[in-house]
Amino acid sequence: MDPLFLARIQFASTTIFHYLFVPMSIGLALTIAIMQTIYHRTGDEKYKKMTKFWGTMFLINFAVGVVTGILQEFQFGMNWSTYSRFVGDVFGPSLAIEGLLAFFMESTFIGLWVFGWDRLPKRVHLLSIWLVLFGTVLSAFWILTANSFMHHPVGFEYFEGRAQMNDFLALLTNPQLWVQFPHVLFSAFATGAFFVAGISAWKILKKQQLDMFKKSFQISIIIATVSTVVVLFVGHQQAVHLLTTQPMKMAAAEALWEDSADPAPFTVVAKINPYEKTTTNEIQIPYMLSVLSFNKFSGQVEGMNTIQKHYEEKYGPGNYIPPVRTVFWSFRTMVFAGTIMLLLGVYGWFVSRRNKLEQNPLFMKVMVYAIALPFIGNTVGWIMTEMGRQPWVVFGVMKTEDAVSPNVTAGQVLFSLISFSTLYAILAGVAVYLYVRTIKQGAFQEKTVEVDVDAVDPSGREDDYIWN
Amino acid sequence: MELSELWFLLIAFMFTLFFVLEGFDFGVGTVAKYLGRDDYEKRVYLNSIGPFWDANEVWLISAGAAMFAAFPHWYATLFSGFYIAFVFMLLALILRGVAFEFRGKVDHPVWKQVWDWAIFIGSVVPPFLWGVALTNFMTGVPIDQHKEMIGGFLQLLHPFALLGGVMFTLLCIVHGLQFITLRTEGELQERARVASSRFAPAVLLALLAFAAAGLWKTDIFTSHGTGWIALPLLAWGTLLLSTILNKKKRNRLSFLMTTITIIALTASVFIGLFPRVMISTLGAANDLTVYNASSGDYSLKVMSYISLTLIPFVLAYQGWSYYVFRERLKGKDQLEY
Repeated sequence: MDPLFLARIQFASTTIFHYLFVPMSIGLALTIAIMQTIYHRTGDEKYKKMTKFWGTMFLINFAVGVVTGILQEFQFGMNWSTYSRFVGDVFGPSLAIEGLLAFFMESTFIGLWVFGWDRLPKRVHLLSIWLVLFGTVLSAFWILTANSFMHHPVGFEYFEGRAQMNDFLALLTNPQLWVQFPHVLFSAFATGAFFVAGISAWKILKKQQLDMFKKSFQISIIIATVSTVVVLFVGHQQAVHLLTTQPMKMAAAEALWEDSADPAPFTVVAKINPYEKTTTNEIQIPYMLSVLSFNKFSGQVEGMNTIQKHYEEKYGPGNYIPPVRTVFWSFRTMVFAGTIMLLLGVYGWFVSRRNKLEQNPLFMKVMVYAIALPFIGNTVGWIMTEMGRQPWVVFGVMKTEDAVSPNVTAGQVLFSLISFSTLYAILAGVAVYLYVRTIKQGAFQEKTVEVDVDAVDPSGREDDYIWN
Repeated sequence: MELSELWFLLIAFMFTLFFVLEGFDFGVGTVAKYLGRDDYEKRVYLNSIGPFWDANEVWLISAGAAMFAAFPHWYATLFSGFYIAFVFMLLALILRGVAFEFRGKVDHPVWKQVWDWAIFIGSVVPPFLWGVALTNFMTGVPIDQHKEMIGGFLQLLHPFALLGGVMFTLLCIVHGLQFITLRTEGELQERARVASSRFAPAVLLALLAFAAAGLWKTDIFTSHGTGWIALPLLAWGTLLLSTILNKKKRNRLSFLMTTITIIALTASVFIGLFPRVMISTLGAANDLTVYNASSGDYSLKVMSYISLTLIPFVLAYQGWSYYVFRERLKGKDQLEY
């Protein structure tokens, strides 16, 4: 087998797996921080219980996210050493700053938060969870600074066959970063919020600890709705931006081989044949693509064949068309997931405001399944953006096929691919088992201060929560 | 000082902190399963590193990322060349990280046994592999004229490297046991102290053999003059002193000594390497050095400003977290894991 193919499979699978946990960590951190802040303000024990219950879910999730992130940090050097040599100068600093600025903050303050409930002043303990959240947000910012460079390389010059940074500010003000960062960040908030809302809905259906889970639903549905609105809004800006920097990706996302008509219709579904370069059986919405691309009812969008010609002139012979079907369907799945999330969010907010959650069992059931929507949206979103950039690893600068480690054999990559996949499968199984278990147990009662508590059970007091 | 030299120093500093800090939590993870006689005791041992281990590990991640940014060639050659070794190390670190979190979540003996093993394997494999890696940094590895390392994993496992692996594992165990004496009390503390003195002869012998082999087979301890032999001697001397202090129940000082041992040992390797970052056994012309493996000056300057601003803050709040959890663990209510 081809080491390049295996290395790509490994990068895709480990990154997708890692990214199931990351957005949920960011989103849950926000939800928990808000819950604990309410507890701090009101002193109502219900909110403390809530914080601890969702905190347990957060910690299971955070652990898997952190450990799978270690591999991400080293995978560039292991499988993509030619890439690392070539762009380390520009790409590496973001990762280094992410480590020093974000990872230390997350890991130190999560330790203080978990172990510091009785050891820290309340204010400082509350600050800890906010700093954990701040750390995760900073981490997202810096890794996206690095990723944005791959999509829209700026701030560098060629020197002795390598890319060298010559303008750090250009990396930070990369327009790609400023459409991508809010999109990613708010979809992460939505991921955590839909998770909390979905689990709460399940508990409400089961009529367990109604008071707490109705409150949890209410808090999370607000976060979910607001975040989804931002995600959709920024997503649109991103598409407009893409058209100027990576028109090939947008043309592939529309399966547009030839230049569109003016005004351009949006293709909802179609049959795509990438070998014959045809798209047939389209169902289209007139004007819509012009509106999406230019915010007006006119404007022509370039097709892949035209762009291919430009690129051949610019970059030399080669195939510059990404896997069209993957990009087309990922894009549609993402937009579909986002739209459903918005509808559910708005309706859920309305129902919970009117305190009619229990009277809507069907909706509650839908919300349980809706937990999957942000995960699907996140995953296909990344598949679209990364596959849509192919054949480039750094757009216009380096091709993926030239980036791989020359000295690593297919056997070695296969060994690591199988080992990590096996371990990750086990982790996924255990994490899901622990979520389900924790959810079924529900929130534990706070230490009761009755006089005879020690007499009842001297060995294991009720302070064990989920910890043992 | 050139910026690339400064970055060599910073990366050496991060690795040193990683070995010192994660060193003891590797040690604790290795012994907890054997030292704790029942679940409660094991939990106390694991909780002694509970608030710290995650942030300790970030020194490794930051060191790796700093290599990527400041010395792309070093990062690329090392991680692609030591490929299988890093696969094993990453598997171990992944397993260990989740094991701490998962272990206490279900109260069932088989469940706990599984994660106890995961913690043990995850804590014993990385220091062994780092010992192997450090030794190979000293002896050099086959690097061709394109800066690519050739040859497989087994080539890294020569007898000297295995000695390095065993030595570093033992050193982490003793360092971890000394740490336990600071965070526990009574019977649990005493047991760690006794265990530490049992390991002492083996680790003293291993370090002595390692230093002798290093002197005989490599130029690391003498590349800047014979005076630098003082560093491995300091490492061995402080280790001996730690053993004596441990016998006298001077726990704090004893821990301080193993800390100095690890600092001196790591420093001796990095100083001996300088200005090389990776030695090639195929001729000095193929060596990677701080000069031919580094990033451009602009990038290094930007990172210097940012890192030198951030590191003091990181050290301050990480230090503060150690201060917050300075008390010895007593009673069940302080256990989270």
